[in-house]
Formats: sequence, structure tokens, C-alpha cells
Amino acid sequence: MTMPTYLGMPAFPRAARAAVADERLRDNLARATGTIRDRRRAAVAELDDWAALREAGRRIKDHTLRYLDHYLRLLEEKVTAAGGTVHWARDAAEANRIVADLIRATGRTEVVKVKSMATQEIGLNEALEKEGITAYETDLAELIVQLGDDRPSHILVPAIHRNRSEIRDIFRRRMPDAPPDLSDEPAELAEAARRHLRAKFLSAQVAVSGVNFAVAETGTLVVLESEGNGRMCLTLPKTLISVMGIEKVVPTWRDLEVFLQLLPRSSTAERMNPYTSAWTGVTPGDGPQEFHLVLLDNGRTSVLADEVGRQALRCIRCSACLNVCPVYARAGGHAYGSPYPGPIGAILSPQIRGIGSPVDASLPYASSLCGACLEACPVAIDIPEVLVHLRAKVVEEGPRHPLAGTAMAAAGWTLRSPRRLALAQRLASASRRLIGRRGRIRRLPGPLRAWTDSRDAPAPPPESFRAWWKRTDGGRA
Amino acid sequence: MRIALFVTCLNDTMFPGTGQAVVRLLRRLGHEVEFPSAQTCCGQMHFNTGYRKQVLPLVRNFAETFAPYEAVVTPSASCAAMIRDWHPRLDDAARDTAAKVHELTEFLVDVLGVTDVGAYYPHRVTYHPTCHSLRMLGLGDRPLRLLREVRGLELVELPDAAECCGFGGTFALKNPAVSAAMGADKAARVRRTGADALCAADNSCLMHIGGVLTRTAGPAVRTVHLAEILASTEEDPS
Repeated sequence: MTMPTYLGMPAFPRAARAAVADERLRDNLARATGTIRDRRRAAVAELDDWAALREAGRRIKDHTLRYLDHYLRLLEEKVTAAGGTVHWARDAAEANRIVADLIRATGRTEVVKVKSMATQEIGLNEALEKEGITAYETDLAELIVQLGDDRPSHILVPAIHRNRSEIRDIFRRRMPDAPPDLSDEPAELAEAARRHLRAKFLSAQVAVSGVNFAVAETGTLVVLESEGNGRMCLTLPKTLISVMGIEKVVPTWRDLEVFLQLLPRSSTAERMNPYTSAWTGVTPGDGPQEFHLVLLDNGRTSVLADEVGRQALRCIRCSACLNVCPVYARAGGHAYGSPYPGPIGAILSPQIRGIGSPVDASLPYASSLCGACLEACPVAIDIPEVLVHLRAKVVEEGPRHPLAGTAMAAAGWTLRSPRRLALAQRLASASRRLIGRRGRIRRLPGPLRAWTDSRDAPAPPPESFRAWWKRTDGGRA
Repeated sequence: MRIALFVTCLNDTMFPGTGQAVVRLLRRLGHEVEFPSAQTCCGQMHFNTGYRKQVLPLVRNFAETFAPYEAVVTPSASCAAMIRDWHPRLDDAARDTAAKVHELTEFLVDVLGVTDVGAYYPHRVTYHPTCHSLRMLGLGDRPLRLLREVRGLELVELPDAAECCGFGGTFALKNPAVSAAMGADKAARVRRTGADALCAADNSCLMHIGGVLTRTAGPAVRTVHLAEILASTEEDPS
């Protein structure tokens, strides 16, 4: 098992169609992404050297990925020397097994969690539940998702698809200590969550976190968050278990400095991140006395072997690409069938999981290739380039689509010869009176119906450009 | 200077008026263009959809057809970007020809050094910067500089202009619901400008937005390629 594909997940176009029809969802998404998009643009525009920072971020990640084996071994050495224990997990099943065993060894059946994409990716909460261990999400948005038996739909704001009245309803229904007269005022909702979580923080003996960055030279782990819940989880419990994708390592603190500028401005549009926690192994008498680091591969090594696709491993999970993506804003996060939605999900999921399932084979096509994601990406991942690369893979190795394949082959055959193209144009022009009305076509047959279901098509002209050129000698006759 | 017109397969087949406008415009500026009839397609549709095997013959045909010319002009930012960005990476022999390809507004502003092309177009016009013209080719304000010099033309700003219209090539067929939703939002913003014409540097996107505009209720807005506005004169209006 690599990453669970949500059971029975349909291909992207079908899931997206349902989302497009949901006006409240589209409204929530348009409002939320629009606000954060404008704020990000302003935060980035403040820095004269943003282009240089972005280039530095790209280079540091590429360098680290090039020498990943070295930096991971260095990290292991330093974490171990500082009193931590490092575990290597090949895939999701192995990582879940390791974490479950570590928790069981403490004798506890409850853990608090800091928001983490890696543990979403491996389906840790569900795996722990099967072992009789309850994981409590402590990030506000993750809590909303968890209480609502819902799925995250955004990397940074997992409950972005919910508005505040929906959140109030979830809290009233599922949070036992929520005030019965809870309103949908953001401050009241936050206060209810704060009281609910405070009890969990004070009683928790084990915490599970992800990792934003790991500094190899000192073996220091770094988590960035905005609510302080992470700080609680990372300092109060006796045992801390952190699950980290192997691409999260950076060589030095100087390298980290670049990302501490790139990440907050790109994700929350803040100049500085509110809570940045860094820890190195264990410190006697202060904080967790037992620390475990689980290094997760889960397909990353094979992504690294792909010369075009590997740039996806530069990702620092900022969500800037989601917030600028016009497709994400209309399809919503759930349509991507993975904890990684949006443009980055469209290139990460099919690489980590492969292109075998309908949703994974459709994800590379879930983009108009408009390039807004590349423009916003703080580590310059050329997402359109990877999408097109993955499309070629789908055509060569993915599920067969005989109709589309035949149509594309026929188009290719026609376009390879100017004579065949001219003939096709004459046929099109001859058909114009049959199918068009006042120059417009309201209904096309076959796969082209997908076009005319929602928009008119132009009727072919009486003659093509090349026919006109020949007839008039380029307009001179 | 020997100038060739790469009209593109879409314009050739569906929008001959755009190719004719380029010929008329350049002729008015004192330049004859040739139309090498061996030309077909830049291969973008097949490339972007993942049908790589179909692409290479098209890249080779393009490079061979246009090799003899000093400049190649095309009224499509999207195809120009495909040729300049990808042809050399797909076939090294295509490098020299690809470098000679100019999108029309680049050719006018950068090569010929003109922004006032002597056009007359008495309409309220808004401009949609297509994604590939904006983010791949980097046309910048060239189209706007040309439009501002057109006599009689009132240029109105399109809100959220840089957002994709939802065409996206085969995306329009593979993800019709999202594509149409994006198109509807774009069309609504176009209508709100009160423009009676929408122009762009790509007929593909205009075909999509125009198809939504004629399908949905509201004041009529015509879609017109930038080249046709620039070719338009008082004596010979587009």
C-alpha cells in the first residue's frame, strides 16, 4: 500500500462536475481562495528579492534531492546522537505499523496530532483506529474535518469547503463540550475549539506530528503552524513521534532561512510564521523525553528516478498553487481523490500511487495548463511541464481509451499531410450548411458533444485560409 | 526580409479571416508575406494531450517548411509558445527555425518597431490576455500598446483578466463541466465591461468564450482576433 485511494473515487471530471453544480461549495471556495490569493500577491510583492529567494529555494531543494542519501544519513546520525530514535519506512503500511507499535509500547490509547500531510498521505488515523488507538487532530481546520467525518480539501485550510454556519452545526453536533447556544461568530467558534482542545493537550501523553523541515547538520526538526496547537503537542506530551517524508531534509540552518521566508508568504501571506517550533532530539527535564522520527519513502524514491517528475519533490506544501488555480476553485479539493488536492496533487498523487486507478489516470488532465501554479510556486515547480509529461505516460501505459486514441491518431494522420488537411477542410466547409445556423453550431455529435453541451461551436467557413490563398493568390488576384 | 505566415491549423480551418487580416496588415505596413503551403500544425494538441508519437512528424514538417525564411509570423500566442518552448526540446534540428518564430504583436512591436499600425476600429473593446500569451510567451503589454493606438477604439479593462478562460485545448472536452464554469465566469466579466467586442491573441480561447457568450443570455459581444482589429481601416473595416 502506498497511499490510500479514496474508495470508489470516480475520475476527476465526474467528481468535478458534481462540485461545479454545488453552488454553496463554489461560493465558499471562490471567497476563500480569492482572499488568500490577493493577500499572497501583496506579501510577495513586498520583497524586492523574491525572484532570487525563489531561485535559492529551488536550488537548495534540487541539491538536497541530488544528494538525498547523504543528507538522510547525516540527519539520522545527528538525531540519534541527540537522543532520538530514527525509523525508516518503505511505504504507508510500514510507517503505520511503526507508529502504532511505538504508541502501544507507551501503554496509551489516545494521541494528539499536529496537522501533517505525511500522516494524511499514509492514512495514519484510520490505521491507528483499527489498532484501538484514537488520534485527536488539534489544528482547528483538521478538527472540523475530523468531527464532520469529512475529508480535507485543501493543504493549508483542510475545511476550506465549509463556511462558518456549517462549522457551527458540526461543533454543536459532534463536540460534546460545545456550548448549546454556540453562534457562527468566528471568535466564538475558535473559543469553543480552544476549550475542547485544551483538555486534550493537558491529558495527552503521546503526540504525533509531521515535519516541515529537518536540518541535517544538527538533526533539528522544524514545524511551522499558526495556532499554537503544534507548540502544545510538541512540548507537553512525554512521547513525540514525527513522521517525515524523506524530501523534507535541508542541509543547513542557512538553507532553512530561505524557506522560513518563502513558506509563510506563499501559504498564509504572512511575513513571518506565527509559531515555528524547532527541536533536536530530547532535552532532559524539558519537553518530550522520548522522541522518534519516522522517515517515510512511500514512492518518493521512484519519483526521484523520474527526471521530469522529480521536481514535485521540491514542494514545501504551501498551497499557493491551489489558491491561484481556476480549476481547483471550481472543482474543489475532494475531486482530486487524495489528501493532496489542486495542481500539486495532480502531479504528486499519480506519481506516488501510479496511474492505475480512474482518478489517478485522470489527474494529469485536471488542468487547463494555464500556468498560474508555476507562476505562484515558491520553489518554481513547473507543474504544467510535469502534467504534460504524466499525460504522455497515461497515453502509453494507462487505461486504454480507444475512442480518444483513434480520434487523436486520425487527427495526427490528417495533420501530417497538407493535402489531407486541405481535403478535411473542404469536407468541413461542405458540411457548414448542414450543421450550422447563422454561423453557429448548437449540437455536435460524438465526443464533441462535450463542447456543445455548454457552448456553441463556430460553423466552418465557406473556404479555408489555404483555399482562399490559392484562389486569390494571397489576396492579390 | 523574407517573411512567412504560419497561420496555424485552427485559423486555417475555422478562422481564415484572421490569416487574411495578418496578410492585409503586413502588406499595409510594406511587407509581403508568403504562405508556405506545406505547413500544417505545430503539434500542440497532440503534445499537450500526451500523444507524443504524433508530435515529432509535425515538428519536423514545421522546421523543414519554414527553414528558408528569415522570419515566421503567427497570429497565435499559444502556438508560438509551443514552437519556441518545445520544438527545440523535442528535436534539436528544429532549434534554428523555432527561434525565428514571432507571435504577431511581437513581430510588430519588436521586429518592425511599430505600435501605431494605422488602424481604425470604432468600438468599445476589452482585451483578454490568454494564458500562453501572458505566462508562456510573456507578451506583456504589447497587445495593449497596439490597441491604444487604434483610432476610434475605446479600450476597457477586463477584471481578473489574467484568469484562464477554461479552454485549455482538449481540457474543454475532457473536463467540460469545469471548463464551462470557467468560461461562464469569464463571459460574465466580459459582459460587465459593457464592451461590444472581446479581443485576444488566440482564436482558440475566443472560440470558447464566444461559444459561451452566444449560448447564454445577455447583450451581444462579438469575439474578434486582435489581428482583425489591427487590420481594420476606415476604407476596409473588419
